[in-house]
Amino acid sequence: MLWIAAAVFVVVIGTLLYGTFRRRPSSPEFEERPTRKRGATRAIAAGAVATLLILFVYLVFDFSVGHALGASRRGAFEIELIGHRWWWEVRYLAPALPARITTANEIHIPAGAPVLVRLRSNDVIHSLWVPDLTGKRDLIPGKRTSIWLQAATPGVYRGQCAEFCGQQHAKMALLVVADSRADFDRWYAGQVASSAVPTDSVTMRGRQVFLENACALCHAVRGTPAAATIGPDLTHLASRRTIGAGLLQNTRGNLAGWVLDAQSIKPGVDMPPNHLTPGDLQALLAYLETLR
Amino acid sequence: MTATASGQAPTALREALHEVWADKPGLVGWLTSVDHKSIGKRYVITAFAFFLLGGLEAAVIRMQLARPENHVVGPDLYDQLFTMHGTTMMFLFAVPVMTAMGLYLVPLMIGSRDVAFPRLNAYGYYVYLIGGLFLYSGFFLGSGPDAGWFAYTPLSGPEFGIGKRMDIWAQTVTFTEIAGIIAAIEIIVTIFKQRAPGMSLNRMPLFVWSMLIMAFMILFAMPWIAVDSQFLAMDRLMQTQFFNQAEGGDALLWQHLFWFFGHPEVYIIFIPALGYVSTIISTFTRREIFGYPAMVAALIVTGFLGFALWVHHMFVTSIPQIGASFFTAASAMIAIPTGVQFFCWIATIWEGRPRFQTPFLFMLGFFLVFIIGGLSGVMVASVPFDSQVHDTFFIVAHLHYVLLGGAVFPLWGAFYYWFPKFSGRMLSETLGRWNFALFFIGVNVAFFPMHLLGLNGMPRRVYTYIAETGWGDLNLLATLGAVTIAASVIVFLVNVARTLAAAPHAPDDPWETSSTLEWAVSSPPPPYNFAELPVVEGRYALWDRSAEQPVVTGLRTDQRELLITTLLDAEPDHRHRTPDPTIWPLLAALATGITFIALVYTPWAMVIGAVLIAAPLIAWGWPKPKPGDPIVTEGTS
Repeated sequence: MLWIAAAVFVVVIGTLLYGTFRRRPSSPEFEERPTRKRGATRAIAAGAVATLLILFVYLVFDFSVGHALGASRRGAFEIELIGHRWWWEVRYLAPALPARITTANEIHIPAGAPVLVRLRSNDVIHSLWVPDLTGKRDLIPGKRTSIWLQAATPGVYRGQCAEFCGQQHAKMALLVVADSRADFDRWYAGQVASSAVPTDSVTMRGRQVFLENACALCHAVRGTPAAATIGPDLTHLASRRTIGAGLLQNTRGNLAGWVLDAQSIKPGVDMPPNHLTPGDLQALLAYLETLR
Repeated sequence: MTATASGQAPTALREALHEVWADKPGLVGWLTSVDHKSIGKRYVITAFAFFLLGGLEAAVIRMQLARPENHVVGPDLYDQLFTMHGTTMMFLFAVPVMTAMGLYLVPLMIGSRDVAFPRLNAYGYYVYLIGGLFLYSGFFLGSGPDAGWFAYTPLSGPEFGIGKRMDIWAQTVTFTEIAGIIAAIEIIVTIFKQRAPGMSLNRMPLFVWSMLIMAFMILFAMPWIAVDSQFLAMDRLMQTQFFNQAEGGDALLWQHLFWFFGHPEVYIIFIPALGYVSTIISTFTRREIFGYPAMVAALIVTGFLGFALWVHHMFVTSIPQIGASFFTAASAMIAIPTGVQFFCWIATIWEGRPRFQTPFLFMLGFFLVFIIGGLSGVMVASVPFDSQVHDTFFIVAHLHYVLLGGAVFPLWGAFYYWFPKFSGRMLSETLGRWNFALFFIGVNVAFFPMHLLGLNGMPRRVYTYIAETGWGDLNLLATLGAVTIAASVIVFLVNVARTLAAAPHAPDDPWETSSTLEWAVSSPPPPYNFAELPVVEGRYALWDRSAEQPVVTGLRTDQRELLITTLLDAEPDHRHRTPDPTIWPLLAALATGITFIALVYTPWAMVIGAVLIAAPLIAWGWPKPKPGDPIVTEGTS
């Protein structure tokens, strides 16, 4: 398409520039001569026919590619992706998979297998876009939309919200991780499991901090009383590569900054600033790091 | 009414007409003027002022994006800035400036003395002005709209649109739609009923054709956005549920209504620009535009096709493939009439001897820039391609190539071309060349890299991006382009200021080879435009006129009268009394403005406002017979 467009550009602009700058006879007849109708009419008709032919070929290709992309496939399983301002909730649905799990901002798929992603929105319109895997599809409140995700080779593919959804539209990313089938099964088994149980005094204190502060009002950690669904499910937080919806590497330092003052990192996000004593903070971070 | 041989109109006639048609002196005259030239000039200047404001917003956006994780502005202000930029450029600059050029030039070009409804024309301008000032008052008071110029629900709706920001936006849109529809009615009626005798439809200048088609498109497109913006205002103010899915509304309804207006809007901006191109090319090559019937047909076809494309803005909302195919084909088809016009212009230039003055340079810029936007437009019409580049910087590049190439280059050429007619003075050719060169380089440096950014995955409407994406260098380059564009705008402002201060007066036709009637009168034109109305003898009125050009006489000189002619053949039909200067359009516009602004805060404004608006309208319509008026209006003579 690019080369055809480039060729059209060169031909049209070349003709224009030649027609503009060509040498003209300096005779007075030239000034008074009426436009030569036949030659020009033929050239214009030829141009119009060429336009028509190019567009026809273009449409044939467009329709066949569109048809191929839209063809239904045998999906391995289905994922439900729910857009929130400004993060992604990811649910793996039974019955194709043995158990239903909920995670956030990171979609794992087995490489080579098509997966149907059902798209929903919790608030405004978002749009899922993983440039290296597929085109966009909007998440529209009250509408059912879906898109196929398929990665030929294992790898990590960055995706991003592509429909303006408010202040932090810029920082609403996600990762699609395509694993080998064995890795995927291992990951899945890990996600199905309940959260890690604290074993030492620091992580036990950390869980206490989590449950007694604002954290538990919005987040869920399966296996504890925390079961809120306003923010991302943190049951296996430490298994994810990023925090803040694809924004920061999931390191202890970034996590500390995010817990204390997410507003300075992602202004307008629902996560409030948390005032924790250094001891409480370290304990909380230690606990969160056990949530693999 | 008789046609007599032309001569220099007698001084006595000119003085009598001046007495009747001139505005009153001083501020009162300024506020009560209904002269299409005064109103048109104000319209152009106001629209250009909004262009500067929209440009400043763009400049801040480019500063913010010049480097990754920049902190020139925060996300909240950034969202307001890009919303204001889009809203300003589309609603307050592009459409108004195009209709304004028509309101100023059409009566002159068709040999009439004013537009069809001069008071309504003034009212339309004031409504537009108040709407623009209202939007900017909100912005400067911290209540700038922040949901994008496209204002998708539910983000713009009552649940997520905070404060009064989007109410102000919705109401601003309503203001501009009223002004736009009024301008369209003015242009249509003026063209249909006031053409000089002899200017049958098939002799109308291509400029007038393009204005006529633009006006019809406005008439059919703008009511949709007016309805849409009112639905939104009602959802927000009165808890109606037009766009609320949970209550049986539909979030996509907004998008369909918006783009059913929004796509034709692009052609509303583009088609008048094609009229400028035809006019300027024929003047500067001294050739008739090749293929007049094909050109007119292409304009009409574009006007119709423009209404069949709106869904290509919504390809990723999950449109069934068979439906999307239709809109792909229709979108690609636009290339055919546009291509035919390109070929006809090239043939015209080929056969003529172009003079490289500033207006013509801008035409070359139009060709080079617009064709890139047109080709990328055919690309994005394809669903598989669009689903990748939709809502990325590729689209930002495409739309700026189309709108700057297709509308702003021709408009700038038109400014240079008609400036002597507007002001009586010629703009400097040297500065004009600088203006052109900087603008041409700036546009390409600013927007070409955006194609690559979009293909590399940079979405639109992001206030920042992280360094790891590798988008920093191309963004910096785009910002340098924006700086170059700013420099070219400054050169233009300097040029205008110096010209108005010092340049010598321009003759009737400073270009010497113009073909349309406005160049037959002085620069700037007298208040009555034509002392003796011309009779047109060909498509190119000034080139085709005989030595003994007939003129129309017999219109009264002691009151304002227009000659009304028949629709197809422009045969003289009757004389029409047209109104004197009056303050009531201004007062009616103020009452409308107060009502609309109050409507942002309370639905009761509708009730009180109805009375408030009715008062000036009654005064406006009150019969004011002049002494000496005949009791029965004369018919044709």
